[in-house]
Parts: sequence; structure tokens; C-alpha cells
Amino acid sequence: MIEVNGQEVAWRENLSVRELLQICKYSFPLLIVKVNDEFVARSDYDNFKIPDGSNVSVVHLMSGG
Amino acid sequence: MNKFNDLNGKINGMTQCEFEAEFYRRNPPGSLAVLKNKTAAIAGAGGLGSNVAAALIRSGVYNLIIADFDMVELSNLNRQQFFYDQIGAPKVSALKENLLKINPFVRITAVAEKICESNVKEIFGRADILIEAFDRAEMKAMLIESWCAAFPDKFIVAASGLAGTGRGNAIKAAVYGRLVLCGDQTTEANETTGLIAPRVAMTAALEANCAVEILLSGGIGN
Repeated sequence: MIEVNGQEVAWRENLSVRELLQICKYSFPLLIVKVNDEFVARSDYDNFKIPDGSNVSVVHLMSGG
Repeated sequence: MNKFNDLNGKINGMTQCEFEAEFYRRNPPGSLAVLKNKTAAIAGAGGLGSNVAAALIRSGVYNLIIADFDMVELSNLNRQQFFYDQIGAPKVSALKENLLKINPFVRITAVAEKICESNVKEIFGRADILIEAFDRAEMKAMLIESWCAAFPDKFIVAASGLAGTGRGNAIKAAVYGRLVLCGDQTTEANETTGLIAPRVAMTAALEANCAVEILLSGGIGN
């Protein structure tokens, strides 16, 4: 089990960031992903495997300033 | 040279030491000694950046790097700390001028360049902390990604969700390791929501408050 933005999500072996975003239906183009407070670059979404028990934050950035 | 400077480099008859002692007399004890030697970078000199910069100067952060390639426009004055006689001037120059009127002894590096992935490190690299103060979400994402990749041990304070009116209590600082995100994280700026001065300034003040806490203590409470 992992936690994604405070919600429990089932974990499986070799779960990548890209797969997790698909499972959670996060389709916004402007996301910041942190796994256990470690920043995951967009280019690493396929390679980065999420460990079981992780705390994942997915932040959607909005315009305005 | 500032018009209050007399021939001896004094301001209103005061030396720099005397000026600083009185200027920051009401600041929290001990804070100036720490903040004076810190460098903060601000990416964007608009509604967020112009307010963040003034708050940091008044907090005692003496060294700022501010980057923006835009000019001051009339439609900026609803929320940005500029004046109508600065319309058409580069924002970073106008902001530097205004900040030096608050405290003429601060050191402002004004960079009139467009920020992209390839120059984030070069322009902001010597700063102790970066404050994201862009308007467009794509620019926010680019900056956060570039900074986190280049400097995983340094903090970045960013803003997301500050459009519309009311809901002041929805504006919060969320801490994700060394990324701090200020705003309501839900309200996008568009033609329906718009941007209003106090809500933008609240978010900017929250960003500055987080930055000061991090510069003083090395971390931030969640």
C-alpha cells in the first residue's frame, strides 16, 4: 500500500510513476511529483519505481501571479 | 545616488549603521544579523515577485536576485508594486528603483532575461533559496523542475492557486520536502476568476514568510 495525496492506493511490484499517474487518473500536464519528498523529474516517470509504503505527492500547478 | 544622500554618504544625517539600527529596530531580535548575509532569488517581478521582494527587504534580506523580462503595463498596477510613471520600463529596473527607495543599502541584482531550463542554474545558483513568482503554470513547472534537479538540497518556495476573491483561509503553505507550495492549490487564473490585489499579496506574503523562516532556521514547520 502507498499513500498518494493522503489517499491509500494499492502497491504492486515495479510500479512506475507514469503507471501510478494513470491509475490515479492524474492527466494534468503540469504536475510536480515527489516520492517520499524526493523530486521525480518528468524524464524519470518510466524508470522511477515507487517503493512499497511510499508517501507520494502529486501537485497540479495553476496559473496566477 | 539617492536624493537623501549628502556629501558624506549619510542618509537623513545618519550613517549606514545608524540607519539600519533604526530601520530594523522592530524586527525580531537577532534576525537581521542572519538575514543580512543571505541571498534570496525571485523568479518573476509581477504580482507575486514585486510583493515578495518588498517583504524580504523589510525583513532584512539584503541580497536579492530578481529576474523578469517583462515591461510594466497599466494592467499590472491592480496588484503589482509599481507606479503609473513606470509604465514601459523593464519590471526588474522599476522594482530595483522602488526597493532602493525603501532601503538604499540593499544589493539588488536585476536580470532582464527570460528564464528557461538552461539558465536557471547560472542566474539563481548562488542564492540560498529560490522564490517562484511567475504567472503562467508552464513557467512554474519548468522552474521547479529545473531547480529541484540542479539543487536538491536547497529550498524553493512556489505559489499555485491565488486567483479569484475571498477564501483567504484557503491560502496555505504545503511542505513537500524542500518544495513549499503557497496558495489554495485549486483556483486557476483565467477570465472568469481574475486576480485581485489582496489575494495575490497574501500569497506573496506567505511565500516571503516561509522564505524568512527557512533562511533563519534552515527548515519549515508543516
